Amino acid sequence: MKNVKVLGTGCANCRNTLKLIEEVAAARGVAIELEKVEDLPSIMKYRVMSTPGVVIDGQVVHAGGVPDRTKVESWL
Amino acid sequence: MSVASALVQPAERRALGFTLAFLAAWFALYASLTPIADGLVGLLSLERGSHFAESVHFFIFDTPKVLLLLTLIVFLMGVIQTFFSPERTRALLAGKREGVGNAMAASLGIVTPFCSCSAVPLFMGFLMAGVPMGVTFSFLISAPMVNEVALGLLFAMFGWKVAALYVGLGLTVAIFAGWVIGRLRLEHWLEDWVRDMVQADGVDAPEIPEGRSWAARLAAGRHHVRDIVGKVWPYILAGIAIGAGIHGYVPQDFLASIMGRDAWWAVPLAVLIGVPMYSNAAGVIPVVEALLAKGAALGTVLAFMMSVIALSLPEFIILRKVLKLKLIAVFAAVVSSGILLVGYVFNWIL
Repeated sequence: MKNVKVLGTGCANCRNTLKLIEEVAAARGVAIELEKVEDLPSIMKYRVMSTPGVVIDGQVVHAGGVPDRTKVESWL
Repeated sequence: MSVASALVQPAERRALGFTLAFLAAWFALYASLTPIADGLVGLLSLERGSHFAESVHFFIFDTPKVLLLLTLIVFLMGVIQTFFSPERTRALLAGKREGVGNAMAASLGIVTPFCSCSAVPLFMGFLMAGVPMGVTFSFLISAPMVNEVALGLLFAMFGWKVAALYVGLGLTVAIFAGWVIGRLRLEHWLEDWVRDMVQADGVDAPEIPEGRSWAARLAAGRHHVRDIVGKVWPYILAGIAIGAGIHGYVPQDFLASIMGRDAWWAVPLAVLIGVPMYSNAAGVIPVVEALLAKGAALGTVLAFMMSVIALSLPEFIILRKVLKLKLIAVFAAVVSSGILLVGYVFNWIL
């Protein structure tokens, strides 16, 4: 099972990203472990400068803005 | 990829065709604004010269004009921003000395895509890559203050001279304030965990964004319009409606005595009121226009607008996570002084 983390301090874009990933995972029937990381020091450990960032199995795959749906689909 | 060779791709041709059609429609609409507004007011059979008719004409004429100009400028900015990214800006600024660094940071602040909720991660990312703190502040001040919405609206309502002046003054404040903060050597007023992290190690090799096709850049411009204009248009309508009301009903020069050029205390008062206020440029500018029309001085009004957009209580609360209270106080004080100065100089030279 993939571990997906959404990094962000809680702005609208971060919530939308979380929702989009949930939707895509549900639509494709992929089981994922979705986490939200809001704590700043933890976000900075991933060296992400623009939020929301997305981390899959410890790997930063996206930073800054809500990702495209096709991009999310390619991750899952 | 050159523009010419890019056009061979069908996707590129479609994107270009769409953009040209959009621009043609834009100019056609813009050229027919006055006849449409006159016609509509005529249809309502309102007598020109009455308070109500003046307000209605102002609203009908200004709303589409402002929205059109804003759309165009936001689109252009969306395309320009594809050439920049926070990562690239950081790479450009890393290791830059104060002075030149402050000027570069303030300029890059205008064109780097930046969301206010990224302010803190960005601040940290810059420091960790070795961008000096004062230079980082220059970026952080100019990015929200000199934004495309402020620019577009000022251009739409007061013409390019005022818009250009605003950019110049915004940059001046950002460069000056960042430079002063840098010179004060206040790194010990960063929160402890921030300092530890900055000292711990540098940053990974900066990522430079991959080259994008023109179709993608133009698409980014369209997305930008949808995001920004889609979000701010209600504020603009409300602002113009308020402006229209003031336009028709408040007597000319009503504000000249309290917000005019001769009232020395008007500028500090405007900044004092503006700093804690939190609004985007869209909500503020139409009110600004109405104030100006009634005799308030331009420097006073621009100082008010800058302090509303550049400094706000919610921003201080976010920054509190990385800055000690003393540093936030210095930040607010230095930026307000810069804005104050700009307001006075403006009132004095115009």
